[in-house]
Amino acid sequence: MPSQEEIFEKVREALVDALGVDDDEVLSEATLQGDLDAESIDFLDIVFRLEKSFDIKIERGELFPEDILTDAEYVQEGKVNEAGIAKLKERMPFADLSKFEADPVVQNLGQQLTVQDMCRFVEHKLSTT
Amino acid sequence: MRWFWIDRFTQFVSSQRATAVKCVSLGEDHLHDHMPGFPIMPSSLVTEGLAQAGGLLVSEHYGFQELVVLGKISRTRFYGHVRPGQILTYRIETDTLRDDGAAVTATAHVEDKLHAEAQLFFARIGEANQVSNDRQLFHKRDLLHWLSLVGVFEVGVHPDGSRLRLADYPLVDCSRADSSREGPSNDKEIPCAGAS
Repeated sequence: MPSQEEIFEKVREALVDALGVDDDEVLSEATLQGDLDAESIDFLDIVFRLEKSFDIKIERGELFPEDILTDAEYVQEGKVNEAGIAKLKERMPFADLSKFEADPVVQNLGQQLTVQDMCRFVEHKLSTT
Repeated sequence: MRWFWIDRFTQFVSSQRATAVKCVSLGEDHLHDHMPGFPIMPSSLVTEGLAQAGGLLVSEHYGFQELVVLGKISRTRFYGHVRPGQILTYRIETDTLRDDGAAVTATAHVEDKLHAEAQLFFARIGEANQVSNDRQLFHKRDLLHWLSLVGVFEVGVHPDGSRLRLADYPLVDCSRADSSREGPSNDKEIPCAGAS
């Protein structure tokens, strides 16, 4: 199991290559969409790079559970309901969703995903495989 | 102008790699605007050629059941100019092939000189191909026509060396015309050569 520093370095490398950003822009607290301008297609690119870099398999929707965010059972009037939040927590144990819970507008989830969340995601994957 | 930016494949190994050539000719209109008096192949069209070659390689991986779209150009780099009379050789290697998309590494050479390198990312159209009612983003007959023009089934092989067979793909339905098809090319019949 690589150290947290090693994971961060590889995540940073993946984000630099996928998003065309500079090394020093990829800070732990930087948000992928807000600070690093990631678009939806970039998430798949990032997933490909993380898979290769860490030799892991990331299933569709594992990093970013779009299926929950588009499910009427969990989303009402553009906001994720309590059941949806519970489902997101179950599916995204690596992410700090406290900020999102305060204003669970669907679009906010992607906006609030940080580099640190990505590192935690990789750690979570490595510890469960 | 027809939007074909590879002339033919010279190698096509299913799910692995492909090589295609593009002969640059002074007969191509765009060269007279790029640049007037000094015609050079636009880098954007080299990228398009790499994407067409890579896209067909990736599309074959999905059994030609759908087209893929160029989702993203992760990286490109160009070196020098390509002039009329020169032949571009495009080489594609698959990096990642997944259910939801694919990534390839591509290069363009003139003889043995590297002209361009790129990393391309393809997304599947999937169900989005059926945009509304009978209107579709692409038709299988058009794809078949394109594959025939660029010689995919003339050179295409599986990794074990066995030939790709057109009949193994859901591209040919000689029993009926593509009734949902629209537009002027509807009048032209595309022969089902090689379908047997």
